[in-house]
Amino acid sequence: MTAVQNRTPRPAAQLPPRERLSRWANKNRKWLFAGPSMAFVALLLVIPLAWTLVLSLTDSKRSVRRPFDFIGLENYVEALTDTERFWPSVGRTLAFTGGALFFELILGMIIALLLWKPFRGQGLVRTIVLLPLVATPVAVGMMWRLLFEPNIGFVNEFLSWFGIPAQPWLADPNTSLATLTFVDIWQWTPMVALILLAGLTGLSEEPQEAARMDGANAWQRFWYVTVPLMRPVIIAAVLLRGIDALKTFDILYATKGKGGGAFHDVETLNVYAYGLSFDYNEYGLASAVLILFFLMILAIIWVIQMQRKATS
Amino acid sequence: MKYGSSAARVFAVATTAVVAASLVACSSDSGIDEGDSIEGTTIRVTLANHVWTETIKDLIPEFEKESGAKVEITQLAEDQLSDQYNVKLNAGTDEIDVLMYRPLQENKLFADNGYLANLTDQVEGDKEWDWSDFQEGPASLTTYDGEVVGVPIITERTVLYYRKDLLQAAGLEVPTTLEELEAAAKAIHEANPDVAGYVGRTGKSAAVTQLSAFLYSFGGDWLDGTDSLIGSDEAREAYKYYGNLISGYTNATVNPEMSWPEAFAVFQQGQAAFIADADSLYKNMTDPSQSTVADNVGFAAFPEGPAGSKPYNVAAWALAINEQSANKSGAWEFIKWATSKATSLEMAKLGVSGARASVWEDPTANADYPAELLEAIKVNGQNGVGYDRPLVIEVAKAREIVGEPIVVAIAGGDVDAAIDAADKAFGEFLLEDAE
Repeated sequence: MTAVQNRTPRPAAQLPPRERLSRWANKNRKWLFAGPSMAFVALLLVIPLAWTLVLSLTDSKRSVRRPFDFIGLENYVEALTDTERFWPSVGRTLAFTGGALFFELILGMIIALLLWKPFRGQGLVRTIVLLPLVATPVAVGMMWRLLFEPNIGFVNEFLSWFGIPAQPWLADPNTSLATLTFVDIWQWTPMVALILLAGLTGLSEEPQEAARMDGANAWQRFWYVTVPLMRPVIIAAVLLRGIDALKTFDILYATKGKGGGAFHDVETLNVYAYGLSFDYNEYGLASAVLILFFLMILAIIWVIQMQRKATS
Repeated sequence: MKYGSSAARVFAVATTAVVAASLVACSSDSGIDEGDSIEGTTIRVTLANHVWTETIKDLIPEFEKESGAKVEITQLAEDQLSDQYNVKLNAGTDEIDVLMYRPLQENKLFADNGYLANLTDQVEGDKEWDWSDFQEGPASLTTYDGEVVGVPIITERTVLYYRKDLLQAAGLEVPTTLEELEAAAKAIHEANPDVAGYVGRTGKSAAVTQLSAFLYSFGGDWLDGTDSLIGSDEAREAYKYYGNLISGYTNATVNPEMSWPEAFAVFQQGQAAFIADADSLYKNMTDPSQSTVADNVGFAAFPEGPAGSKPYNVAAWALAINEQSANKSGAWEFIKWATSKATSLEMAKLGVSGARASVWEDPTANADYPAELLEAIKVNGQNGVGYDRPLVIEVAKAREIVGEPIVVAIAGGDVDAAIDAADKAFGEFLLEDAE
C-alpha cells in the first residue's frame, strides 16, 4: 500500500521547476517535436500563400510597396473572362501535362518491365536510363534548343540523312508545345520508370504464376494481373509527376523566353503568372491567377484521390 | 480606403525614427555625405552583361586602391537583371548599393516606385565632375519629376552593319535609303542563296527598339499623349517593311524569338548581309574571336526613309543608387569615379561610347574606332531621336503590345489586322498607364 502511495505522482505545483518542465515536455512531446516543422511550414508555405491570397484581392501593381486598394474579386473576374491569355494558358497547361503524363506512363512502364527481370549489364543500363533525370532542366532546355534549332540544329541535320525535310520545331507556334512535351517526356520518363520499377519489385510472384498455370499469355498477365496490382503505384506516379508537370516552368522559359514565345505558343499558367508579375508588375492579377492555378491543382488531386478510393 | 498607404505611413514613421536616431551625424538629406570616408566599406554593384561592364571591371582595382573601399560586383544578363531588381527592390533590399539600369525601360517605373535615390544635389554640386558635360538627351532620360536619379553611362544609335565583301561582289554601293537597302538585300540573297539579305531582332519585345528607326524614318511614332499612333499609315508601312526585310530575303527558317545576341550570331557566322542595331555593340562584330566576318564588316548611317534618316540616339544604360542602400556615400563615390571625365575618356579609348560631350570632342578618345563607324555615329547623332520605345511607365507591357504586329509581319500573317488590334490595345493601355 505504501509503495503504491509512493508511486502516485505529486501535484505539479509541489515539484522542483526542472522536473516540472520535464513533465510538461513529456506531456506535450508531440507538439514539441512537430513544432519546428510546423513553424517551418507556416513560415514558408502558409504565410506566402495567405499573402498571395490577400494580394489577389487588391489592385497592387508596379510595386508591392505602393499603396493599393482592396477590389474584391475583380482580378478573378478579369482572369476568368480573359479568353486571350488566361484560358488558352489553362488549355496549354492541361495539354502539356496530359500529353507528357500519358507518354511518360507508357514508356516508363515499358522501361520498368524491361528492367524488372535481372540481366547482364543491368546496372549500366539503369544508369544510362536515369541520366536525363539528373540534368538541370534549364540546361536541358538550352541543349534541346540548340538541337532543335531549325537551321543549324542536329535534329534537322539527322533527318536530312534520311531525306526528311527540315522542320521548324520550336520556331513554329504549331509545333513548339508538342516539341517541348517531347523534351519533358525525355527528361522525366526515367523518374516514372523508377517509381513503377519499385512497385514491380515489390509484387508477389504468386499471382503471376497462378495466371501462367491458367494459361494466360504475357499480355493477359500484364493487363489482368500486373496492372491491377500496380494501380496504387501507378496512381502515386500520376500524382507526383502530374503535379510536377503542371508546374513546369524552367524548360518552357529557357527555350521560348518571356510570354511563352512570340505567339504565347507555350504559355502555360505558370509562365503567364510569371509574366504578369515580373514583366507587367501586375501583382494583384498575377496573385489571382496563381490562386486559381492552386485551386486547379487541388481539384485535380481531389479527382485522382476519389478515383483511387473508388477503385480500391 | 488606402490600406497600403496607411500601413506605409506607419512603416515610414517608424523607419524614419530609427534612421534619424542612427544617422545623426549625416548631414545630407539624400543620405550621401561626400565628407564621409568610404575606406574599408564594401560597395555592392549590380551590373548587366555589357561591353561597359567588361571594360570597367579592368579599371575597378584603381578605384579600390584610391578609395580604400571594396567593390563587389554581381553581373547578370538583361532579363535576369530585371527580375533581380523586381524582386529585390520591391522587397526594399539594402543588398544593392549601385544599380546599372536601362533609363528608357525602367527610369520612370523605378523612380515612381521610389527605388532610386535623389542625386540632384550631388550631380549639380560638383563643378569639377561637371553634370553639364553630359549630353542633354541622355541626361534628361535619367531625370524624373525634376530630380536627377541616375547618371548615363552608355549612349547608342542605330547603325547599319554591312558585309563589305558581299556588297563589292554584287557591285553595289552602301545603301543610303531604305529602298536601296531592300534592293541590296534582295540582290545579295539572290546571288548567295545561303545568305540572308537582312537579319534583325524578331522577338516581340526585343524587336521594338530596332523597329523604332524604321518607324521614325517612315514618318511614324508610337504615341501622342494618351493616343496610340501605331495605326497610322506611316507606322503600317514601317511594320510591313521591317517584316518583309527580315523574312523576304532568306531561305532559312526565321527564329521568331531573336534578340540581339541571336541576330548578331547570324551575322557573325557570315549568314547575313545587313543588320541595323546598336552601335555600342560594334565590338561583337569586329572581334575576330567572336565574328568570322570581322575583317569585312562595314558601318553606315541609318538609311533614309520617306521622312529622312531617323535612327534612335539614346542613353542605353545608366547608374543609380538604391534608395535603401546603407552605403550611399560609397555608392556615390563609385558612380562619380565611373562617370568622371578621366574614366569616361579611358573607357572611350577602349571602345565604350559614353554620354560626356567633352569625351566625344576629344580626338584621342575615339582613335581606335573604325573611321567609318565614327562617321556613322556622327551623322546618326545629328539625326537621332531621343527614344527607341514608347516612353511610358509600364514599358515592358507597352513593348509587348506594339511588338505584336512585328511578329505577325515577319511570320507573313495579316499585318493590318494585327496593327488594328495592337492599336486598340495600345490606346487602352496608354489611358491606364497615365492614371
